[in-house]
Amino acid sequence: MESPPSSPAFRVGVGRRRRSVLPGFGLTLGYTMLYLSLVVLIPLSALFFKTATAPWEHIWETVSSARVLASFRLTLGASFVAALINAVFGLGVAWMLVRYTFPGRRIVDAVVDLPFALPTAVSGIALTTVYAPTGWIGRWLESWGIKAAFSPLGVTIALTFIGLPFVVRTLQPALEDLDPEVEEAAASLGAGRWQVFRYVIVPAILPALLTGFALAFARALGEYGSVVFIAGNMPMKTEIVPLLILVKLEQYDYTGATAIASVMLALSFLLLLSINLLQWWSTRRQAAG
Amino acid sequence: MAGTAKSRLTRRRTAATIAGTGDPAWVRWSICLVSLAFLGLFLAVPLAAVFTEALRKGVGAYLESFQNRDALAAIRLTLLVAGIAVPLNIVFGLAASWAIAKFEFRGKSVLITLIDLPFAVSPVISGLIYVLLFGLQGWLGPWLAAHHIQIIFAVPGIVLATIFVTFPFVARELIPLMQEQGTEEEEAALVLGASGWQTFWRVTLPNVKWGLLYGVILCNARAMGEFGAVSVVSGHLRGQTNTMPLHVEILYNEYNFVAAFAVASLLALLALVTLVLKAIVEWRTQRESTELPASTPTSLQEVT
Repeated sequence: MESPPSSPAFRVGVGRRRRSVLPGFGLTLGYTMLYLSLVVLIPLSALFFKTATAPWEHIWETVSSARVLASFRLTLGASFVAALINAVFGLGVAWMLVRYTFPGRRIVDAVVDLPFALPTAVSGIALTTVYAPTGWIGRWLESWGIKAAFSPLGVTIALTFIGLPFVVRTLQPALEDLDPEVEEAAASLGAGRWQVFRYVIVPAILPALLTGFALAFARALGEYGSVVFIAGNMPMKTEIVPLLILVKLEQYDYTGATAIASVMLALSFLLLLSINLLQWWSTRRQAAG
Repeated sequence: MAGTAKSRLTRRRTAATIAGTGDPAWVRWSICLVSLAFLGLFLAVPLAAVFTEALRKGVGAYLESFQNRDALAAIRLTLLVAGIAVPLNIVFGLAASWAIAKFEFRGKSVLITLIDLPFAVSPVISGLIYVLLFGLQGWLGPWLAAHHIQIIFAVPGIVLATIFVTFPFVARELIPLMQEQGTEEEEAALVLGASGWQTFWRVTLPNVKWGLLYGVILCNARAMGEFGAVSVVSGHLRGQTNTMPLHVEILYNEYNFVAAFAVASLLALLALVTLVLKAIVEWRTQRESTELPASTPTSLQEVT
């Protein structure tokens, strides 16, 4: 991040020297490639080969069956709603942590990472206990006629839990990088607080907000541990896609499991691609601004 | 998948400096109240529930849960798996970050994307790929069966799946950090006669120690807590292939809630320790980066 080494002439010079002076390039790159291939690339390619060699009718039959389609609808829908909830409330949390000082701010800041740190099985049983009809919050929701656990709402709650840190952690640096002078300038030109937010702050943090949304959405799509307990796992109603992969595996339907998995993986890679594009967009905007 | 370009350690923290923004008091209060209520409902209440449920029948019943042989076996297996997966990923992280940060070569950004790949894969799929590779119907399945080697539904499969899901943690913390530090200090050490290993141990490693520790903490938390991937490759054999999260699931599904939450409370404690360590490391790096301008080569004296 320091400025001197980034001037092009300097970088070229260092680059040429680098190759001759520092040792270990072949060893470390070789080991990196070997380990990467053994642990990640070869196993992942097994999935693609399995899909490519399977009979197409069987794959199509699996993926287009009513039960699988229902699970895709639930997973996509609940993930989208959860990411949306996180985008709204995550912006509030990030705003609070960056802009305000209050006692316990450091603790609140650290606790935001809890969904990263807490094993998903633990989050799963804890959320189920809290949101079940007899639980602390579930009991209260029940009296309003809302069924939280063992319904699509329960799935959404678990996915909101798991996605929260992505939005907050992506927004925090963007909010910190905002130049207060721009806001002051807008205010001195007569803009109200809301106008400053709408026309100055939102456009500046939009790439980060979208990235956070996409990251939370991507994580929610594949999430398993925190959802299976609270979902209730009723076929056609509250079955998520990752669970269905496991169900197929338990029935020794390897082709079926692989078919569903490759559709999911394709979705994840599409999201990864769009996240990278978003980040490229936001760095380019930062460079331009 | 926490794919922000900058390392989270190196991000600027200016909260204190812009505290005096012009939000009216009622806006400030409502944002704080709504945000804290949201965090309370989604984070604090479930966390509190873990410990309350674990202690529901008193401390005696809580402690008794750990007398169980299967629970102890699960704890031992979790420690074993993390003990294998974390060191392997540390070695990989150091090698990858050295190659990527200290040298220029083609396809570097592709390599960085590939290293991040496991974060984009659903845990269940992370387990599935090893079943497809080593399972009875898999590529190597028949050969392995002929040689009486069991990987799936056994400990090696659990270790492999754990390595896969924790693969990027150390590397992704170290790469941006080492890139930022450049190569000048290492070059100076080499010119002054240090060997490659000496340079690595006495210049590079001390410079990245906090980032390394940060990556290791996150890697370990995930390794001990992984559920989905491990669930696919484990045979769920009590006392043999059950890690702590899998043991929690079994106990919970048997309506043995006190025991389930007792084991879960250990994992929750691990999470809390992780958060505290993480905060300490973040705080230390932040202090060091404000005290010493990053460009001053301070460790040169130690080498000479």
